[in-house]
Amino acid sequence: MTTWVFCEELDGTPSASSLELLTKARTWGDVEVFSVGAGSDDTFAALGAHGASKIYHLDPADQLAAPVAAAAMAELIGTAAPDIVIFGVGNTERDVAGRLSARLGSPVLSNAVEIDPGGDQVTVTNEILGGTTRVVTAATASPVIVVTRPKAFPAEPTAGGTPEVVSVSLPDIGHAGAAIVLERHIEESEGPDLEAAAIVISGGRGMGGGEEKWEPVTKLANLLGGAVGATRAVVDAGWVPYSLQVGQTGKTVKPDVYIACGISGAMQHLVGMKDSSTIIAINKDADAPIFSVSDLGIVGDVHKVMPALISALEAR
Amino acid sequence: MRIAVCVKQIPDPAAPYDLDPATNFVARPDDQVLDDTDRYGVEVALQLAEEVGEEATVTLVSMSPSGTLQGIRQALAMGADRAVIIDDEALRGADALTTARALAAAIKEDGFDLVIAGTESTDGYAGVMPQQLAELLDVPSLSFARKVEKDDTKLRIERQTQAGYNVVEAPLPALLTVTSGVVEPRYPNFKGIMQAKKKPVEMKTCADLGVEPVTQQVIQSVEPIAARQAGEIVEDEGEGYLKIVEKLEELKVI
Repeated sequence: MTTWVFCEELDGTPSASSLELLTKARTWGDVEVFSVGAGSDDTFAALGAHGASKIYHLDPADQLAAPVAAAAMAELIGTAAPDIVIFGVGNTERDVAGRLSARLGSPVLSNAVEIDPGGDQVTVTNEILGGTTRVVTAATASPVIVVTRPKAFPAEPTAGGTPEVVSVSLPDIGHAGAAIVLERHIEESEGPDLEAAAIVISGGRGMGGGEEKWEPVTKLANLLGGAVGATRAVVDAGWVPYSLQVGQTGKTVKPDVYIACGISGAMQHLVGMKDSSTIIAINKDADAPIFSVSDLGIVGDVHKVMPALISALEAR
Repeated sequence: MRIAVCVKQIPDPAAPYDLDPATNFVARPDDQVLDDTDRYGVEVALQLAEEVGEEATVTLVSMSPSGTLQGIRQALAMGADRAVIIDDEALRGADALTTARALAAAIKEDGFDLVIAGTESTDGYAGVMPQQLAELLDVPSLSFARKVEKDDTKLRIERQTQAGYNVVEAPLPALLTVTSGVVEPRYPNFKGIMQAKKKPVEMKTCADLGVEPVTQQVIQSVEPIAARQAGEIVEDEGEGYLKIVEKLEELKVI
């Protein structure tokens, strides 16, 4: 059984999901990586250390990666014949998975939290409806294309050898490949790493707009030594950088304490934080779904409860 | 410029979702609402059409049990010109690839310069359909746009990335997916709501479009995940913060 794992190289390092997926997939057979990016030795070494036996490397340069990556992968899959192709849930990953799926006529199994290569049939477990229902699906297509939830599997290095690196030439796909990346911008975020933090303070639309109204979230995080998170509505509105998003399309966090401030608890958010050890929520709407997963819920105005809490903590 | 906007009618997210036990598909009531994330795509389409002028058209394309068309009328009331709906019993429970094939067939038949979609639906959130559609239409895609600009023949966007954003440009025809930060969607006014009732809605079947649904995945089991027990809920009357302090002490955070 051969598995392919997709990797997007960012700033000379492999995507976190690629190392997690390698760790999982090496338990059932040979794993090869299709890596998109500049192609650094550090990236290849890290992929090898996590169990990649072979790396197909494509440098899309200034072309938007997804269309050319999907075309190159489809071509190689014809001969390399992997049984399973696995992706993380990042934006480029989702774009490539979708295009590859259409090229190969093979559906995508999304939001996977478990993959079982099985005997003759691959099965994938995912959680739907905001993580309230678990579904096991058997795939009959070949290869099976899977997009996994972040942190579904922990990454651990192994005593791997040096992987063979195969340079893949950029396919000419005409008009479909005509999207060009003109500029790249990095938005720095401050404070502890959201995914690793033991305490996360997240804010939602209920905080209201503007820097001043968001401030209690940052202040509380500083006082408790926690990381700041946010809902999709908040990052889309541009109040905080996208990298702070917790939820379906953002990060998955499992801290000891998660404090949800002005968050109603849409399915898309709950998926990313429901496995936190303790959840505390402050929201003015008593019927908000966030309260159904909270260990402690305060029904009230965030702009009254939070300043009082901050003063109490500062006084200690 | 012919703009096709992919929209989806979904069960009201404010109400709990159910699976139909016979099929394991999401139970879909007759009255479905417009997926909130689709309002952004509709708004971008309307703004681009206004910029281009009279020769621009905005067509909604949707694959769903049509029901009362409540959700589609919401988008027509915002200002879209017409809608093409693919409704066929054979498409119940269709996966994203089948959906993309049906939408691609309808959009190709209709003709397009630009296709706009959200980044994922609120009910299914697989998040891969727009790119499957772009591939089937053989066009470049500008995905995860948080800002969109158009010049004569090209679209330029700010594309969300894990680390920040990239500026990406592509010539038309193309497919664009938008986040909910891209524009502020308009609310339909009374005139729009009245006009929406008379706007043309064309119904299509698989046979009309030459699409054959294929099933390549089989649900083996569906089971509820043990729900978290809701804990203590306290109404704040000025002392609510003390409960949080107590909890943090109990957890030895402070």
